[in-house]
Amino acid sequence: MYQFNFQPVFDNLDMLLVGAWLTIQLSFTAMVLGMIVSVAGAVAKTSGITVLRLIADVYVEAIRNTPFLVQIFFIFFGLPALGISMTPNTAALVALVINVGAYGTEIIRAGIESIPRGQIEAGRALSLSPNRIFVHIILKPTLRNIYPALTSQFIYLMLTSSVVSVISASDLAATGADLNAQTFASFEIYLVLTVMYFLLSLGFTGLFAVLRRVFFSYPVAR
Amino acid sequence: MFREFSSADVMFLVMAIRWTVILSVLAFAGGAIGGLILALARTSRIRAFRWAATGFIRLFQGTPLLMQLFLVYFGLAVAGLPIDPLLAAAAALTLHASAFLGEIWRGSIEAVAPGQFEAATALALGYMDRMRYIILPQAMRIATAPTVGFLVQLIKGTSLASIIGFTELTRAGQIVNNATFQPFLVFGTVAALYFALCWPLSLLARYLERRMRRTIAR
Repeated sequence: MYQFNFQPVFDNLDMLLVGAWLTIQLSFTAMVLGMIVSVAGAVAKTSGITVLRLIADVYVEAIRNTPFLVQIFFIFFGLPALGISMTPNTAALVALVINVGAYGTEIIRAGIESIPRGQIEAGRALSLSPNRIFVHIILKPTLRNIYPALTSQFIYLMLTSSVVSVISASDLAATGADLNAQTFASFEIYLVLTVMYFLLSLGFTGLFAVLRRVFFSYPVAR
Repeated sequence: MFREFSSADVMFLVMAIRWTVILSVLAFAGGAIGGLILALARTSRIRAFRWAATGFIRLFQGTPLLMQLFLVYFGLAVAGLPIDPLLAAAAALTLHASAFLGEIWRGSIEAVAPGQFEAATALALGYMDRMRYIILPQAMRIATAPTVGFLVQLIKGTSLASIIGFTELTRAGQIVNNATFQPFLVFGTVAALYFALCWPLSLLARYLERRMRRTIAR
């Protein structure tokens, strides 16, 4: 009969909490930067400029049809051949941003395309500048419409970020792997890690609900 | 020292695709059974079934696939079973696929017009007949596009099996890289092979989705 031993986990709970904090920082930074990449990608896709659209298409398809694990191997081990060397933590962040940027591009593009043309024409008729039309008439309503899809993609990003532990970037999963190497209480450690990731995903879900109330609680005109 | 990255290595990688495909098929087949049970439980009139299925789906969608793989892998030892990477990977990916397919198919069942349920009930069809002849065939049409889309996600997910030591495409890439130390070429090739597997499926999913939209619009 297997003897459960949670003592090593509870003795090192502070270590795991630091790991959880690292995962929060890493995912949050990746979300913010990924958001910028996503908007840029979506603008390129809907710009009507063939070259930009093509580049964005290739980027989105290449990333969405290959595993994150291979992407991070390629970035961390492969790119130094081109003279681009990164520390594990930087490579992890870059890989996450590139990855979530591709999914975000598709989500935001769909949102932009669903904005009625008449809205944009109305903006022009009111002689709003192109920038203001983009920010107030296109981007903000788009973000409001696609908010659920985008935030669930962000939570998926946080879960995916556990994979960065394979290039020994520092995060919750890597902290768990270190602890496992010291104590060998494998099942117990990964059980606690899984629970912690679950709590993190609940936490991010809650945070996104709050942000939604702050930014998008205004009534929609009909 | 290191040998060159040769056509023999490329063949080794191409042959490793079969393990990625086998793992994907196993997980998809297992996930289809689990997903159907979960989808039926989620749409059931019995509250305990709904709660159990919701809990299962939340749990598996709210935790990383990598942690699920580790838990099943080390869990085999806890259960006194032999630790086998293929068994562990197939089991973990099956549970993972069950949760996602369960959620997709629940949505498809709920998207079938309520009048169909009512008409079937009015014709005195029992639960099994109603599901088998009226609801599920219609739900299947709605579910096809997102199911193919999930298959792409599942194939990519099998790459994580390399971390618990199962030799599929990604692990084969690591092995070749350790011998040749040409990571740019090796992982570039591995990525291209995954792309060749996944892209046609992505295009198919998009085509099915467009066709579905047109059917609904009509």
